Amino acid sequence: MTITATTPSESAVKLPPRMAPLNPLFDGAEWDFALINRVYDVMGEIALGEMGLDIYPNQIEVITAEQMLDAYSSIGMPLMYRHWSFGKRFAYDEAAYRKGHRSLAFEIVINSNPCINYIMEENSMTMQALVIAHAAYGHNHFFKNNNQFQQWTQADHIIDYLSFAKTYVADCEDRFGQEAVELTLDAAHALMNQGVSRNLKLRSRNPAKREHQREMARREYEEQTYDVLSRTLPEINRGEPVTASLLAQSNASAAEQRKLGLPEENILYFLEKYAPKLADWQRELLRIVRSLSQYFYPQRQTKLMNEGCATFVHYEIMNRLYERGQLTDGTMLEFLHSHSSVVFQPSFNDRRYSGMNPYALGFAMMRDIQRICLEPSDEDRAWFPDFAGNNDPFGTLRDAWANYRDESFVHQFLSPKVMRDFHLFALRDEAKDPAVRITAIHDEQGYRDVRRRLARSYDVGTQDADLQVTDADLSGSRRLVVTHTVRNGIILDKVECERTLQHLARLWGYRVRLIEVDGESGRVLKEHEVLPMP
Amino acid sequence: MQIVDRRLNPKSKSLGNRQRFLRRAKAEIREAVKDAIKNRKVSEADGGEKVTIRSKNLREPSFGLGRGIGNRDFVLPGNEQYRVGDAIPKPPGGGGGGGKGRDGSPDGEGQDEFSFVLSRDEFLDLFFDDLKLPNLVKVKLKDLKVSKPARAGFSADGSPARLNHVRTMRNSLGRRIALRRPTEAEIKALEVALAAAEAEAPRNEIAIAELARQLEHKRRMRKTIAFIDPLDLRYNRFERVPKPTTQAVMFCLMDASASMTESLKDLAKRFFMLLHLFLTRHYREVHIVFIRHTSTAVTVDEETFFRGTETGGTVISSALEEMLRVVRASYSPADWNIYAAQASDGDNFHDDMPRCMELLTKDILPICQYFAYIETAHGERYSDTLETQVWSGYSELEDANAANFAMRRVTSPEDIFPVFRDLFSANGVGT
Repeated sequence: MTITATTPSESAVKLPPRMAPLNPLFDGAEWDFALINRVYDVMGEIALGEMGLDIYPNQIEVITAEQMLDAYSSIGMPLMYRHWSFGKRFAYDEAAYRKGHRSLAFEIVINSNPCINYIMEENSMTMQALVIAHAAYGHNHFFKNNNQFQQWTQADHIIDYLSFAKTYVADCEDRFGQEAVELTLDAAHALMNQGVSRNLKLRSRNPAKREHQREMARREYEEQTYDVLSRTLPEINRGEPVTASLLAQSNASAAEQRKLGLPEENILYFLEKYAPKLADWQRELLRIVRSLSQYFYPQRQTKLMNEGCATFVHYEIMNRLYERGQLTDGTMLEFLHSHSSVVFQPSFNDRRYSGMNPYALGFAMMRDIQRICLEPSDEDRAWFPDFAGNNDPFGTLRDAWANYRDESFVHQFLSPKVMRDFHLFALRDEAKDPAVRITAIHDEQGYRDVRRRLARSYDVGTQDADLQVTDADLSGSRRLVVTHTVRNGIILDKVECERTLQHLARLWGYRVRLIEVDGESGRVLKEHEVLPMP
Repeated sequence: MQIVDRRLNPKSKSLGNRQRFLRRAKAEIREAVKDAIKNRKVSEADGGEKVTIRSKNLREPSFGLGRGIGNRDFVLPGNEQYRVGDAIPKPPGGGGGGGKGRDGSPDGEGQDEFSFVLSRDEFLDLFFDDLKLPNLVKVKLKDLKVSKPARAGFSADGSPARLNHVRTMRNSLGRRIALRRPTEAEIKALEVALAAAEAEAPRNEIAIAELARQLEHKRRMRKTIAFIDPLDLRYNRFERVPKPTTQAVMFCLMDASASMTESLKDLAKRFFMLLHLFLTRHYREVHIVFIRHTSTAVTVDEETFFRGTETGGTVISSALEEMLRVVRASYSPADWNIYAAQASDGDNFHDDMPRCMELLTKDILPICQYFAYIETAHGERYSDTLETQVWSGYSELEDANAANFAMRRVTSPEDIFPVFRDLFSANGVGT
């Protein structure tokens, strides 16, 4: 068998045929607000009318390159509390940008209602059109319709919540000092990936205003009951109510564990509720970090689909505009140039390779679904009997966009053709083996295997360590026990683990033990134990 | 849909984050800044700096899975030759077990060390962090006739040095076109045509005469209409804009006798450089007066000050007198903040010391904001018991005038910055 290597994007560009005489919306690189409005409306006819997308209202914000760097550093959000790590990221990004190692994103889009799209003033009109199609229609539709986002995030409240978080953190800095706030936030950030409840539905339905009122009421109560005399009593009193009540009940261990909700995978949540030594404002900070972690969780789970959807939508819209004679050849070529560099997938042995390009694979899969719906081959009919040749590509895609996440999407929809186009092959790397073994390639025997393994690699659950709070001794030593269920013998990175544990111990306030247990044999592979540093 | 123009929003939204970040890495950045200044020349001393730091305070750990252990499955694109069962040997050193897919995340270990650029102000802030100028008493706005030239358009007259070529040539070109000044090419063409006409066998006298007349006309035109006319000339115009200033004068006194070797001078130079940089942070205008002395003292320019050598004895009081003379002549203590830094290897004529002490106590210290004495020496020459003449003499002064007199020893370039910090540290001075 011989396999030739051409990545899909390297083929020559050929313009699609036109269906209508040329009557372009714009010509040249210049843009203004009126033009953007007009282009947005015309695109709406295609996106909403022909493709049947369903979007939040859009708010397009024009920003400068520097503001784009700003937005980068605050993880893409328009509002963020202050923290040194964002400054670090900014310095890092800025250095990379100035040296030319990295170019800036053309846009940032935020999962909010109304959906906020940042576009850069430096973009040419073609790029603005591309960006609007990509973000304002593509991402927007995905945010609004994907069940992960519906389940985990509240687009209506996120901006309000961020504004609450920002003022709350600033307020804490005023009252307790930057250093103290930083200590708590650092520790919380270290545990951010352990701040998601994957199984329970923990989300609060409180909008930001109520969060704020709750906090205000709590503080008011504190102020009213403020007693100068009691301040002279030992500090322990402050954290005591929680612990005392817990202490009283913690004799019957098993029952108690159940009451604490153990095992608990959301470590931040557990600390917020039960850590004996934390002050109220610290619990609130943990809650803020946890809420953000929860908010970003669907984005991690749907990176491939989200970018694929947006790329598919912009490709479709721009091509339709061209067919309708509304784009000039020059615009179309500029667009295709950007588009093909976005969906370029370097081979694994290419210097530029840095993992699967979610734009490339997502776009290829969705285009392929479109092809299967319209012009299925026999192979497609065998693999995808339920939608091959149904002549409803957009309906099929809308359904996929709504109901899947990356893992299940790859599992369901990755076709043999895409695997062949990408020359996908599966490998197995065993620690004791001096070589990496090829386990499956893109052939008849290998398709299902490759697909299964690729899907698995998109499962966030396999990317993160599986950590759970399994024991909290509240009566005696007050030791907290966290268990890492080890899969495939991959234990935690030792150095990072100990540093993170230090943060965990700081929040818990007492000794913390981490046990790494092999998931299959139940054998203890490693143990760590740390005491909080004074 | 709504479009919002955010371009005019206040910039540097992340300034707060940056300040927190710099504070966090302050110790390491300060080290880097110190290293950076060591390698700089005087002329570059003042500017932004790229610093590379490695800070444990900037770590953002998280529970990450270890690399190179356990068993992993992964899928890669771009298979060219592999078949099921093929084996790819792992790179030696176990570099991440084929983990190409897990290239350094931006938050991973790889970011522990990184470079970024400090702005000029951030750099100097860190550099002079917790230093302060002693006795900032005379920081008053003076209505001195200090003015600064500022660009103010163009004028039709001025000195040749300020000729604006672009404007002038633009005018010239316009005028030449308007007056139809013939070009070299046109004249050439006519000459060729005329020669051709004269060479023709039956001479067409009328045509020849016409061509000759045209040629003559063009030549005259070209002579009459100048390529550049005085009318075309445009000059850059400057206006003098008065500027209120707080001002300081810094006296650098140095022993130039043969006992001051190049390396000792270099130490002194570094110190003066720092002082100058520091003063320019606080005063709009800083004058520097270089005075060097052997047995007599002269005011010199910077070049001579550091480069030239002289032979002769060492009489420090001559330099002090010279300084007083310059102060009386140009820098009235009422209007100027006066700083002085003296560098020497500690030698002086024995008989001169009383005179020095008298000058300093009576005349100089009362008018000085700060007087710093730096004794430079080769490391091995010194022990604390062996004191030079100047050192032992000045020691008394230091006790009596703690507020504005200080003295330190410097033996190597590494000492300069600590000594400087020591002299100007916020609590070390004026307390």
